[in-house]
Amino acid sequence: MFYRETGQFKTSYAADQQIFPIRQDRIGIGILLFVAFVVIPLTAGNYWFNAILIPFLIFALAALGLNILTGYAGQLSLGSAAFMAVGAYAAYNFQVRIEGMPVLLSFVLAGLTAAGVGILFGLPSLRIKGFYLAVATLAAQFFIVWCLTKFPYLSNNSSSGVISVPGVEILGFRFDSPQSRYLLVLTIVALLALAAKNMVRSTTGRAWMAVRDMDVAAEVIGIRLMRTKLLAFAVSSFYCGVAGALYAFCYLGSVEPDGFSLDLSFKILFMIIVGGVGSILGSFLGAAFILLVPIFLDIALPWFSELLHLPFDGATVSHIQLMVFGALIMFFLIVEPHGLARLWQIGKEKLRLWPFPH
Amino acid sequence: MARQIGDVILDLRNISLSFGGVKALTDISFDVREHEIRAIIGPNGAGKSSMLNVINGVYRPQQGEIIFRGQHRRDMDTHEAAAAGFARTFQNIALFKGMTVLDNLMTGRNLKMRCNFLQHALWWGPAKREELEHRRKVEEIIDFLEIEHIRKTPVGRLPYGLQKRVELGRALAAEPQILLLDEPMAGMNVEEKQDMCRFILDVNDQLGTTIVLIEHDMGVVMDISDRVVVLDYGRKIGDGVPDEVKNNPEVIAAYLGTQH
Amino acid sequence: MQFFLEVMIGGLLSGVMYSLVALGFVLIFKASGVLNFAQGAMVFFAALSLVGCMEKGAPFWLALPLAFGIMTLLGIATEKFVLRKMVNQPPIALFMATIGLSFFIEGLAPMLWGNEVRRLDIGLVDEPIPWILDNWNMVISKFDLFASGLALGLVALLALFFQYTRVGRALRAVADDHQAALSIGIPLQHIWALVWAVAGFVALVAGMLWGARNGVQFALTFTALKALPVLILGGFTSVPGAIVGGLIIGASEKLAEIYIPPLLAGVFGGNFGGIEGWFPYVMALLFLLIRPEGLFGEKHIDRV
Repeated sequence: MFYRETGQFKTSYAADQQIFPIRQDRIGIGILLFVAFVVIPLTAGNYWFNAILIPFLIFALAALGLNILTGYAGQLSLGSAAFMAVGAYAAYNFQVRIEGMPVLLSFVLAGLTAAGVGILFGLPSLRIKGFYLAVATLAAQFFIVWCLTKFPYLSNNSSSGVISVPGVEILGFRFDSPQSRYLLVLTIVALLALAAKNMVRSTTGRAWMAVRDMDVAAEVIGIRLMRTKLLAFAVSSFYCGVAGALYAFCYLGSVEPDGFSLDLSFKILFMIIVGGVGSILGSFLGAAFILLVPIFLDIALPWFSELLHLPFDGATVSHIQLMVFGALIMFFLIVEPHGLARLWQIGKEKLRLWPFPH
Repeated sequence: MARQIGDVILDLRNISLSFGGVKALTDISFDVREHEIRAIIGPNGAGKSSMLNVINGVYRPQQGEIIFRGQHRRDMDTHEAAAAGFARTFQNIALFKGMTVLDNLMTGRNLKMRCNFLQHALWWGPAKREELEHRRKVEEIIDFLEIEHIRKTPVGRLPYGLQKRVELGRALAAEPQILLLDEPMAGMNVEEKQDMCRFILDVNDQLGTTIVLIEHDMGVVMDISDRVVVLDYGRKIGDGVPDEVKNNPEVIAAYLGTQH
Repeated sequence: MQFFLEVMIGGLLSGVMYSLVALGFVLIFKASGVLNFAQGAMVFFAALSLVGCMEKGAPFWLALPLAFGIMTLLGIATEKFVLRKMVNQPPIALFMATIGLSFFIEGLAPMLWGNEVRRLDIGLVDEPIPWILDNWNMVISKFDLFASGLALGLVALLALFFQYTRVGRALRAVADDHQAALSIGIPLQHIWALVWAVAGFVALVAGMLWGARNGVQFALTFTALKALPVLILGGFTSVPGAIVGGLIIGASEKLAEIYIPPLLAGVFGGNFGGIEGWFPYVMALLFLLIRPEGLFGEKHIDRV
């Protein structure tokens, strides 16, 4: 079957405003969801769950959060990792300190806590934009990580802020196997991604984009800049916070504040640059790409080193990784500033005309 | 014409505005009547755009008073102005470049939307209903402006003339009582100007919208406006119906220079 | 009081070095409107190149120009292969590209020169000046004083260069308006390459001084990052702003580091060191709420 919309007439605005207006896309996403929810859990091994799929979903969620703030609302942040940290530690504290707290509720509360902190650090955005704001978000990055390290209360008095989270249990079912944790994370991420898509295609998202594209005009139309920007900070931090909680509870099990470093913030930023700034799909593509690069290098470099008779030690590999990341970012910004999502879109447009492009 | 020019709805009194030491507007007073087309003209740098910016609250004048529908105000607030029914276009197109024509117009209606972000996140239910209801209104404007073929195009990719039209559409989407147009025909060819004039007159005629516009094309201004106010170096030098203004010696001097 | 003064002067002197790094940011920002996030990585790269050349056997007087040459090449390459290809993109995209650049340099530097922590000996020791110690009983480092002197000298030299030479004038023209400068025949690309070279030189001096003081290591990049809050205080386009901002940040972070942790420990118990890691950023953030355009920056009026 060709990828065509010919013959698919829309007779109502409701049909025209679907997320996937083209039938082939709807079939495609159906297959994708079937694979993600049914085929993968039945077939994938533990390595795939633990090392690739679970972190992929979690980082995609964090990237989605940053994309809401940076891609849609136009406010660059270099502190996403810190908001993940807030989420992770908040969820931990709600679990440890309140007897019988449901895990899912503590995830939600963690997200809300992160949203609160996000609003606080988003306040400067009311007066400054661009890289002024980016520098201001560094304050969040350094300050939050320092607080988590230094205030013993926040990590329940463990040494140097390391926390080990209790297992996840919902309605008596323990999520111990990688498979079950994958399904839990997948469900949460899929729901939140859908919610994000719904937000960005309605008034909320249009207000964000209006502020991003032309703030004076947005104001004249009656959009309140303060409310819109702070909402973007809150929603973005909520997503990052939930991602942080999942990172601790469903991926690592034990985290320390220094794990949420500036480097992690950059990694999330790179995900949206590579994937596509201002695209929900891009957040997923970017997360996959940035996660796969090191894995690919780990495989490719030893092979190269044999081929060229050059000894590559661990340090060299990590240096090459840095260089590759840096080069990739510059490459994407120069060649395709809208990232993989845009390439995907171009590909689809080409496909609509294939095999008769003229 | 079917329309009837009504009472004064917007009255500006003794407006003065300065940036640091630079005086942009000095002691300007004029009024706007309901349903009329009121033009502001003047040479470059006369303070025309500043005047519009004062009217809808982008700039706050140091002195003066703005009376809108009997309500006295020291200055406007952009949000208040929008809520009170002001909508405008800009001299240098200020569209949301990354968004489609449809989204730009929908954004124009944002003050009429009631749902909050949580309802949006859920989508099904009130948010969807509201979205469709406003989509219908927006489609009417799209029909009116004859831009059906570009509704899903990002505005950044459109040619200049169409962008101007879309910007008018965004302002109309708010169903304004007063429409402020800042050089709606600048940089257009004759055909595009004719189209734009037609749209402006139709809006005024069919919807009864009061229009305040800045324009450099004297032919157009004299043709379509009911009354004209003339600014020069931030001062008002003329005010009246087109014929009066045309023969005002001070206005002629400002435009053509004086003989010494 | 004496201790307070001692801490403050120590802070001011290290602040001068922040100013030096901030100066590199200001130069590039003024000339091309790019906030070069990679300036910190360039400081690291410059210091490593200097040490690397010396390890290969070059004496200090030779290693310095060699390292400068390497920095110039790096600057020109950046201009040619990255920034020139992005001229039509928004400033924020360029900013993100320099984040990529900083990753690239941080990987490249140790690839070329090895990644172990190195000592850099430039013939100065970090010890108190005996005369001040004897008369006022204050510990003021000889090294810091010399380094600040050198930094201030460099700043003055650059100011003169930009004010009184033909190239300097061209550069100010470019900073004011790219298009206009281009239209009167100023070779934009040459000017940009030159600015990157000068920024590289400033990075080299900063890297040399920081490296000699704390060892040449990766942590240099974090130290250099502190120039960002300095810029916010001083304004992105102001050379005097970079200097004053550096002094304020330097002094206040040292004072905060000494005086705040005991207060916190008194309330919460425990150890609260490391405040200087975030203090400048939070200070800059609070400052932004009060005066977004910086101490010396110009207030911006939006025209519509």
